[in-house]
Amino acid sequence: MKPIRTIATLAAALLALAAPLAAHAEVNLLNVSYDPTRELYQDYNAAFAKYWKGKGGDTVTVKQSHGGSGKQARAVIDGLEADVVTLALAYDIDEIGEKAKLIPANWQKRLPHNSSPYTSTIVFLVRRGNPKKVRDWNDLIRSDVKVITPNPKTSGGARWNYLAAWGYALKQKGGNEAKAKEFVTKLFKNVPVLDSGARGSTTTFVQRGQGDVLLAWENEAFLAVNELGKDKFQIVVPSVSILAEPPVTVVDKVVDRKGTRKVAEEYLKYLYTPAGQEIAAKHYYRPIDKKVAAKYAKVFPRVKLFTIDDTFGGWKAAQKKHFADGGVFDQIYGPGK
Amino acid sequence: MSSTSAQSARTRTEPALVRWLLIIVALLFLGLFLFVPLAAVFAQALEKGWGAYLAAIREPDALAAVKLTLITAAISVPVNLVFGVVAAWAIAKFEFRGKQLLITLIDLPFSVSPVISGLIYVLLFGLQGWLGPWLQEHDLKIIFAVPGIALATVFVTFPFVARELIPLMEAQGKDEEEAAITLGASGFQTFWRVTIPNIKWGLLYGVILCNARAMGEFGAVSVVSGHIRGSTNTIPLHVEILYNEYNYAAAFAVASLLALLALVTLVAKSFVEWRMRENA
Repeated sequence: MKPIRTIATLAAALLALAAPLAAHAEVNLLNVSYDPTRELYQDYNAAFAKYWKGKGGDTVTVKQSHGGSGKQARAVIDGLEADVVTLALAYDIDEIGEKAKLIPANWQKRLPHNSSPYTSTIVFLVRRGNPKKVRDWNDLIRSDVKVITPNPKTSGGARWNYLAAWGYALKQKGGNEAKAKEFVTKLFKNVPVLDSGARGSTTTFVQRGQGDVLLAWENEAFLAVNELGKDKFQIVVPSVSILAEPPVTVVDKVVDRKGTRKVAEEYLKYLYTPAGQEIAAKHYYRPIDKKVAAKYAKVFPRVKLFTIDDTFGGWKAAQKKHFADGGVFDQIYGPGK
Repeated sequence: MSSTSAQSARTRTEPALVRWLLIIVALLFLGLFLFVPLAAVFAQALEKGWGAYLAAIREPDALAAVKLTLITAAISVPVNLVFGVVAAWAIAKFEFRGKQLLITLIDLPFSVSPVISGLIYVLLFGLQGWLGPWLQEHDLKIIFAVPGIALATVFVTFPFVARELIPLMEAQGKDEEEAAITLGASGFQTFWRVTIPNIKWGLLYGVILCNARAMGEFGAVSVVSGHIRGSTNTIPLHVEILYNEYNYAAAFAVASLLALLALVTLVAKSFVEWRMRENA
């Protein structure tokens, strides 16, 4: 055995492996996103690369990273070099601005429509034939119904789920804060397990067969039905739900250091074009472009939607009241409660 | 001598029923917890046929994950090999203050949860961490990049080689080394010609275990990875991603690579164990 030569060979092999990683001259963008957008951005990235090349730009490769929205924001705060973030809710992007100062406070005003190029809502996914006859939010508090939803502390989707339920209770006849709290408390008594992200909950419901209803993003519900069989699951649309606006932004400090601002901004703007909207609609995100929306009107069921700003006074207020440490969610959900 | 023969006589007198019962229980247990899951991995992986299996493995993101896993192992195994030999040599052959403390420190990664190991590096090298701002100023990337993944893996696999060698070297004592020195060998010659040949099988055993863990580590790597497809996902992370994308056949196909690695490790381990017994 000639260990010194072996080590030298290993080192050389390592260098050879590492060299091509550094040698590329093309533009690399990193899009840090939340759980259910994987398929959407896989398609969109390819389309954008083609569009950008066609306009005479560089070869763009967009890398993707996905996880629970709160967790992803935390990673960007800790230094994950995202050129753009496309997260589940504005509050998580606010955190990136506040905790790491990577983006200005007015980020949400920079792109149209609150920087949300597509919207979504919260619907129910039930097993085929709807054996538990779940039709609306009030069915979720029946003692014979088990509800699957992720953890609002880590998942953006879960926070939308929670607020949608709260808003429903608030908007019933004689509804008030106390009644809404009681309603959501009862609902979470029916939740046997909290996953950390939306995709984890879908897997729990779909693959492991837990629970009777999955509270899900509309796009996530459609994807589950299409991927895993129309013969197994169906979507139930409640009488009223929340308008979810997943926003996007360029991460200023990162793009300025990397010199990728221009292409990163174009990347997000392309989401608003008819071509970008079409891709969003194909992946069951509700397009904001009127023409594309009209074209896909049949796909998306009509739901009465309320917004976070009208009903909860914006994300900051909602986050503080419901999801901060010691907030309403902590009061109503805990071990043994 | 007499006590061992008495013991084996007693084993033989155990009623046949008890012996068989124990064997059956052990086999059932093994089957349920080892063979069935292993078979399930391969069955799921090949569910859509060999074409889909090969496609899943040849897909660029999967290849990138394999490459990153190999790079990580190629960094962490040599580092821990050198460290393990040096540490074990110091501990087994010399007396010095703080030896117990060193042994305890070597064991630390075994007792700390891998998630915590990962978070340590986020706290150290993260943008909000101690060294983060300095690193960024100098355009150095540690976490959410290959160095962080390698560091976390080195930390988690730290004890394997040293832990394997310490008892072996302690049992061998230092007589042979002392003899070599008396005969005029230099320190390096003694180490190279006497110590290393004595421990080579134990060393190999430690390296095999270290390598298996380096390639299979999930928790610590997951924390520092950033999960960027095609660049910071190792095989275990890639498996999770595929699984979460309803791509079950592909997830199990890639997982089967790790299962194969485990099988190879097992065979290599048995061979080395056999050689160690032969040499003893």
